[in-house]
Amino acid sequence: MTIAGAPAITTSAGRPVGGRRLPLDWLGAVPFLVYVAIFLFLPTAIIVGGSVLDANGSLTLVNFAHLSRDYIVKTTLNTIGLSAVTALAGATFGALLAYAIAVGNREGLVRRLTLSVSGVLAQFGGVTLAFAFIATIGPAGFLYLWLAEHHADIYAHSLWLFELPGVALVYLYFQIPLMVLVFLPALDGIKPQWREATESLGGGTWHYWRYVAGPLLAPAFLGATLLLFANAFSAYATVNALINQGQPVISQQISGALSGEVGTFEPGFAKAIAVEMVIIVTAVTVLYSLLQRRTSRWLQ
Amino acid sequence: MPERTGVEVRLENLQRRYGAVVALDDLSLTIAPGELVALLGPSGCGKTTALRLLAGLEDADGGRVVIGGEDVTGLPANRRNIGMVFQAYSLFPHMVAWENVAFGLQMRGVGLAERKKRAIDVLELVGLSRFANRYASQMSGGQQQRVALARALAISPQVLLLDEPLSALDAKVRSRLRDEIRRIQLEVGITTLFVTHDQEEALAIADRVGVMQSGRLEQLGPPMTVYSRPATPFVADFVGLTNRIQGTVSRGSVDVRGATIPLVDSSVPDGPATALVRPEAVSLVGNGEAQEGPLIGTVIAVAFLGATSRVTVDLGDITVLAQLPTSAAAEHPAGTRVKLALRPDPVLVDSHN
Repeated sequence: MTIAGAPAITTSAGRPVGGRRLPLDWLGAVPFLVYVAIFLFLPTAIIVGGSVLDANGSLTLVNFAHLSRDYIVKTTLNTIGLSAVTALAGATFGALLAYAIAVGNREGLVRRLTLSVSGVLAQFGGVTLAFAFIATIGPAGFLYLWLAEHHADIYAHSLWLFELPGVALVYLYFQIPLMVLVFLPALDGIKPQWREATESLGGGTWHYWRYVAGPLLAPAFLGATLLLFANAFSAYATVNALINQGQPVISQQISGALSGEVGTFEPGFAKAIAVEMVIIVTAVTVLYSLLQRRTSRWLQ
Repeated sequence: MPERTGVEVRLENLQRRYGAVVALDDLSLTIAPGELVALLGPSGCGKTTALRLLAGLEDADGGRVVIGGEDVTGLPANRRNIGMVFQAYSLFPHMVAWENVAFGLQMRGVGLAERKKRAIDVLELVGLSRFANRYASQMSGGQQQRVALARALAISPQVLLLDEPLSALDAKVRSRLRDEIRRIQLEVGITTLFVTHDQEEALAIADRVGVMQSGRLEQLGPPMTVYSRPATPFVADFVGLTNRIQGTVSRGSVDVRGATIPLVDSSVPDGPATALVRPEAVSLVGNGEAQEGPLIGTVIAVAFLGATSRVTVDLGDITVLAQLPTSAAAEHPAGTRVKLALRPDPVLVDSHN
């Protein structure tokens, strides 16, 4: 006895009923595409266009030539250094915190609480964050005053909170939670069987990290570090609230060129600086995407 | 492949608790050199825990693990020389097949050229040498498990452990790979413990099957014995299908709806009991039209299984399964009245109902 399957529904010509339809799936993406066009591509086009125009509206590359000015080179290097330091420190501490969460109870309160708090803190920046630090460990902050009373004057040698080291500390406040959010999915993708397989094949903890978990997590770690770098590189409000003299980072130079406070009013030059930043951040983001793609193929 | 001789494995009075839950309750099991023993049981019965204690992936609360005469209870997993195949997803995804297979050799300090050659040899054994440069994501589930088997065998382990290695595969691949595992195990001659919840798998592959429940071994024996002479009602229920039919025990036999069947255990006290009757012991002996009686009923379903069919008969107060050759079952379509006969094979009874 055999059981025949249900016949396929076809027309007499063997073609699907109803003929061909226009694919309409892309319609769902329209709001997003419109949003991206208005708030990303259009401003970028305006910046790029403005960067190659002089005050009279003529085409020129002089704005880019000005990028070699000493103070621009110095602030670019400052910003790269600040971003690299906070990215590396944020990635290291964030990865350790993410690992602690990953090895704990997946349904536990600690994990849910840490992720919720990280989600909030990763977005916490600007004047409010600067104020929080000033109110806490600033020269009139309650924690500083308490420490000073107990013979621990953290500003004995310099008022470093309002210098680049202070900015780096404040940046870590959102860099570490961001790392937790970005790196945790990769850690969650590590299967316990891989560790057990390593052990049953004669490897120990060192072998596991050296040959299995390390190579698997390295692209995700590097990618996340690059994301943190881009995050710090493009920050403006936080550093501006802490240091409003000297403009030591590149985003402040855009503001300076536009306001004319430091030198002359140079909108084309400001846009050239912005283009420089866009290029650096784009390069970093592309690298991040490539690394994330490689990781997601392994750690599904 | 070099000739290998299996070693004896002994689990002696193993105990393991997870809080208040007893996972292993004084489990003892001896696996002869080169033998394949399958541990079978429902989820939570302790079979995987037993395997993990043998592998050294968990510590026992009590008892000993002895491999080849050596007490390895305190040895960590990476010093036990045991090959293990996991349920799924255990291949290292960033390594191609031969690198996965060669990993254990790398841990043992074997040089690159030698370990690559040996890895390809073992991949040849599992029929996958042409997939040597593929990543796990580029192979099917069955191919991945064969590579995992090759990886476990490449280190020339004393014991091979298989932790439900077929459960994530579809039925056809599962059956083929099951036979493949058995062929390789016999070829290599390695002592093997196979853990599964699939009775068909256990019965088909093992020299002996151990049925576990609540951390204890209910029965250990050849597949035929476990199936046809279950030691306990649990084994009878868990292994194969069983009809539970009310009857009355009297002097070493049980009367079931007018049929007298001998007991496996003649010491069962007289009185009411439930007889555990296999569907193969039930046959349809003729037309039941215009007849009445305790073994007369109506066919309510016929399930085609290939060479045999399973017929469900409604006797009024209970339904009974009969497994027949398909040609015989075809004579009794659903709705027909039939008369049942119970073959007088010795049966177990459950008197605690």
